Amino acid sequence: MKKKWYEYLWLAEALYWILGLCNILFAWLGMLFFAIPLVMAVAGGDKAYCNRYCGRGQLLELLGSKLKLSPGRRPPEFLRSRWFRCGFLAFFMTMFGLMLFSTYQVFAGAPLRQSVTLLWTFRLPWEWVRVDMVSPWIAQFAFGFFSVMMTSTVLGLLTMVLFRPRSWCVYCPMGTMTQEICRLKHRKEDFCCGRESKKNCRASEIAGK
Amino acid sequence: MAQAAKIALVGRECVACGCCEKVCPKNAIYVRSGVIAQVDGEKCVGCGRCAKICPAAVISVAQREGDI
Repeated sequence: MKKKWYEYLWLAEALYWILGLCNILFAWLGMLFFAIPLVMAVAGGDKAYCNRYCGRGQLLELLGSKLKLSPGRRPPEFLRSRWFRCGFLAFFMTMFGLMLFSTYQVFAGAPLRQSVTLLWTFRLPWEWVRVDMVSPWIAQFAFGFFSVMMTSTVLGLLTMVLFRPRSWCVYCPMGTMTQEICRLKHRKEDFCCGRESKKNCRASEIAGK
Repeated sequence: MAQAAKIALVGRECVACGCCEKVCPKNAIYVRSGVIAQVDGEKCVGCGRCAKICPAAVISVAQREGDI
């Protein structure tokens, strides 16, 4: 079957990393990966981005399934629980907020910190890149945003090599956020389980075990 | 046409990622309203591809029982 154009969006993800490693200012492009799913969920009321257009998901699928880097093991149950997914979303948004605050601090006159922080802990020096052509706060946001993108990618790769290729999708903050938006938008619909018939819902509960 | 003996079942903790949609040879599973994957009982043949790919492992294949 002929592939559709959006099945090549993993190239966009790969290109993002190449551009970002060449010049950190390209990290700003990552805002598209944040904005598009939100717009689709709010305007369209679905997870079309996750379902079709997510380049990161496609890349993980490619690495995990085609290159066989994933063992295909079942992920632990806590990973898919609502409390963990929402908790991780809250944590991620808090860290995102702190990143925005440090951008504001630089805007207000604080010195630019040329480093990328991996997994919110490890500070990687990133002084080899030229960012003097833009305002320091623009560069600071790029460093912060690239840290967010790199951290989430590393987590995605880690869970890919431990469990199933797209295990990241289970706790992806954007996925959780868009699903909650959809849940809210379609709150009048009955989503008791994944059956077309309302009968035998218990069977779906068993499926979740 | 006789229905297959088995059918895919989706658990409530589905993350609606849509991985199952892509691998289903019968287009029997789809993400409904961005909330949960839903199985079309008429089309599903219980092949289990969706269960194998599901990153959250919330899909299982079971014997059909009556309406299931």
